[in-house]
Amino acid sequence: MSGAEPSANRKDNRPYLNIEGLTKKFGEFVALQDISLDVHESEFVCFLGPSGCGKTTLLRCIAGLDIQTSGRIIQGGEDVSTLPPTARDFGIVFQSYALFPNLTVHKNLAYGLENRRINKEAIAKRVEELLELVGLTGQDTKYPAQLSGGQQQRVALARALATSPGLLLLDEPLSALDAKVRVHLRHEVKALQRRLGVTTIMVTHDQEEALTMADRIVVMDQGVIGQVGTPVEIYRDPASPFVADFVGTMNFLPGAVIAPQRLHLGRVELHCTNGFDGLEPGKVVTLCIRPEDLVVRDSGCEAPNSAIACVNALEFLGAFYRATLDVDGVDDQPLVVDLPPKLIGELDIRVGLEVTVVFPEDRIRVFATS
Amino acid sequence: MAEITAIPAPLRPALSRDDRIQGGGLVILAIALSAAIFLPLYAMLSRSFEDADGNFIGFANYIEYFGTPTLVSSAQHTITIGVVTTVIVVTLAFIYAYALTRSCMPFKGLFRAIAIIPILAPSLLPAISLVYLFGNQGMIKEVLLGHSIYGPIGIVIALAFWIFPHTVLILTTALSTADARLYEVAIALRTSKLRTFFTITLPGAKYGVMSACFVAFTYAITDFGAPKVIGGWYNVLSVDIYKQVVGQWNFQMGAVVSIILLFPVLLSFIADRLVQRRQVAQISAQSVPLVPTPNRRFDLIMLAYCLVIAFILIGLLAVSAYASLIKFWPYNLSLTLDNYQFDLMDGGGWEAYRNSIVMAVWTAVLGTLIIFTGAYLIEKSQRYANFRSSLQFIAIVPLAVPGMVLGLAYIFFFNPLTFTIPFTGIELANPFNFLYATMGILVICTIVHYYTVPHLTALTALKQMDSEFETVSASLKVPFYKTFARVTFPVCLPAILEISFYLFVNAMTTVSAVVFLWGPNTHLASVAVLNMDDQGDIAPAAAMAMMIVYTSAAVRIAYTMLTRGLQRRTQAWRQRESVAEPVLNPNP
Repeated sequence: MSGAEPSANRKDNRPYLNIEGLTKKFGEFVALQDISLDVHESEFVCFLGPSGCGKTTLLRCIAGLDIQTSGRIIQGGEDVSTLPPTARDFGIVFQSYALFPNLTVHKNLAYGLENRRINKEAIAKRVEELLELVGLTGQDTKYPAQLSGGQQQRVALARALATSPGLLLLDEPLSALDAKVRVHLRHEVKALQRRLGVTTIMVTHDQEEALTMADRIVVMDQGVIGQVGTPVEIYRDPASPFVADFVGTMNFLPGAVIAPQRLHLGRVELHCTNGFDGLEPGKVVTLCIRPEDLVVRDSGCEAPNSAIACVNALEFLGAFYRATLDVDGVDDQPLVVDLPPKLIGELDIRVGLEVTVVFPEDRIRVFATS
Repeated sequence: MAEITAIPAPLRPALSRDDRIQGGGLVILAIALSAAIFLPLYAMLSRSFEDADGNFIGFANYIEYFGTPTLVSSAQHTITIGVVTTVIVVTLAFIYAYALTRSCMPFKGLFRAIAIIPILAPSLLPAISLVYLFGNQGMIKEVLLGHSIYGPIGIVIALAFWIFPHTVLILTTALSTADARLYEVAIALRTSKLRTFFTITLPGAKYGVMSACFVAFTYAITDFGAPKVIGGWYNVLSVDIYKQVVGQWNFQMGAVVSIILLFPVLLSFIADRLVQRRQVAQISAQSVPLVPTPNRRFDLIMLAYCLVIAFILIGLLAVSAYASLIKFWPYNLSLTLDNYQFDLMDGGGWEAYRNSIVMAVWTAVLGTLIIFTGAYLIEKSQRYANFRSSLQFIAIVPLAVPGMVLGLAYIFFFNPLTFTIPFTGIELANPFNFLYATMGILVICTIVHYYTVPHLTALTALKQMDSEFETVSASLKVPFYKTFARVTFPVCLPAILEISFYLFVNAMTTVSAVVFLWGPNTHLASVAVLNMDDQGDIAPAAAMAMMIVYTSAAVRIAYTMLTRGLQRRTQAWRQRESVAEPVLNPNP
């Protein structure tokens, strides 16, 4: 695989797709509120969010299937804001595949080519190329119903790529597949996208899919963008409690500001390297930390940035254990910690045991409590 | 100077070529449907407020109507016939459909086919058969214990026969969509069979039963053939319209009676719509289809019941078939084909039969084309959402207009050489007058009369297609009409054949819509049956009715074979069973 980094393909700083102040209303309901976003050439961007957050509406606006109420969309330097889908340059893949059932794989792939005054041999050659690209060589005479779900999705992908569009839109493309096939196809789609360098936007509600496939993730909530960033940024450095909660598992604990970089949690004082701008001393805040970032020690040991806690429940999840702890002085908000099986044995961790839990100072995020 | 912050107007989407073509198609459809439904109805409504010379006289005609006891009594008769027929036919059909869906009796396919038989015949046919069985010289008239078949008894039996298939079809569908797990729970909770029936089966089929009732009621009160042949002195509204117009040339009163008949039909139509709106999907994706378990006693009872019904259905048909071959009932029982010498009788002769075929073919071909394309534009166009939903409403309206009313309305609309624009007094030459008494008007009227059911069939088929086909085509820059021709049409072919068959058979058998519209050169077979019966040539009437049945049956067989052949040819892409994922390469 030629591991061409997307950033290396950028010819200049002008984005390929430029969305400016886009708002979409359905009657009184505001589906998208003042969305602005740039997508660069060859980039793989994921729109991630719960159902009803507006991610599909945004994709449909980009495709011209819904026309926004206000705002502009500029694609490849051209203002396409009000153009119908037929006048825009994109290929699209749906969750349902939408393969034409009465046409063979070959005819499905040739469907968009036949309309472009290309001669038959060139079409046949291109179809062969596409079949090879998605690993379906020799399946060209089959009908969609004779293929598995994963194979159908690959045909749909190949069909969307057949006319070499500048923009590939994927609407929950893997959601209808079995878990194993889904994981497998994730890699394939991503590898294919890198190889072709086609600018791609994928809509998904599956955070794992977004984290593994995207160059950048756009987290959306109730019609607005919550955060834009690389998968690592989104996971490590969520911009809001919503993003923190939606991507991965997160502990939310009640705290109070003492001074910059210092806060109260229950009976203990914690230090954290992330500053909390604009939060005055005494202010009630929400402390966020991921279960895998917490460290559990013997109850006796003296560690900085730690608290005493009691094991309330222990759940076996295969690769690790998930423990629920009651932190001393923090009522009604149990702390979830992920522990390797080895540690369980070493410390003889069981329900009712008292332990010390360490909060690494660079892993704590603090948000104002709304 | 006050500053005004400009609120930007919502963006106006640029229309693509596809959008413009679809919009044009929708406008044409809207104009055609409005012209073919609303303008004639308006012409009729305004006529009911005029005297014979065309002067506006307000409600005078209505006052005259309600002052004439014989006319008012037929309104009561019509409702009585409607209610009694509905109760009888829905009960009989429910048990029959229950046997077809919930028992393990043998020959279900055969019984299903037999239940459809009456659809192939005009409603005149069961009435003629009843005359042969129970009439003044009937084969077994003693069975009636001195009651006369001419009147409500005959009308109800003939209508029950003729409406039976429609209700069985609705109820079979309603009863075949049940979730097996509800019944398993009932068994686990040790619920009695009877309680299970009343708490699970009946509520599950509730909307189907209601729908069947509305259909049966509407058909019963609007039918013209059965009461015309066997009604005797028992006058009903549809026959009144005919008598007023054809017998007495009293067009205004015909219009008044039509409006009166329109009311119960409209009420039934609105009730049906309301019920269907409340209907929610009973079956979810997780439902397990119910498979009946054998129960010897129950299965035998059901088999016996279906045998009795099948005997009656086939029997009534056989009586007409037999009677049409008899020389002179009941005096000379030797067999003959003389009754099929239609050219020797009044009523239009073999020409009428040929006309009927021509009319049915045109109706099937043009009707299917218009209705399916119309349904496609309404369902699959990307823009004009409000316009499309109002067109959707217009497409449902014909269901609420009885054939007699539509036929009469067509006379009022197409016959005048000029028409006057309301409130202006401006007279214009009627541009549609050239259609009067032609094959064209018969075809248009029949298509409009039967528009709704095929429209809904087409809509159902189109809704089952992935709504993203159009989007994908647009992204591939393929015009929508190419996708329509290459994908939509082939995939919907079974539904299209069904629509053609439906239109053909109804065009062959209909009397009500066309009885006012045929001309000297456009005699029709079904009208010939009516006229020959009217003149006492009952055996030739039976013979012509049988010709209609034979033709419809032949088309039905052709349709079945076509559908089977199509299924075989398209098996490769229609198969539904899932294909296993190939073994995955762990390192792509």
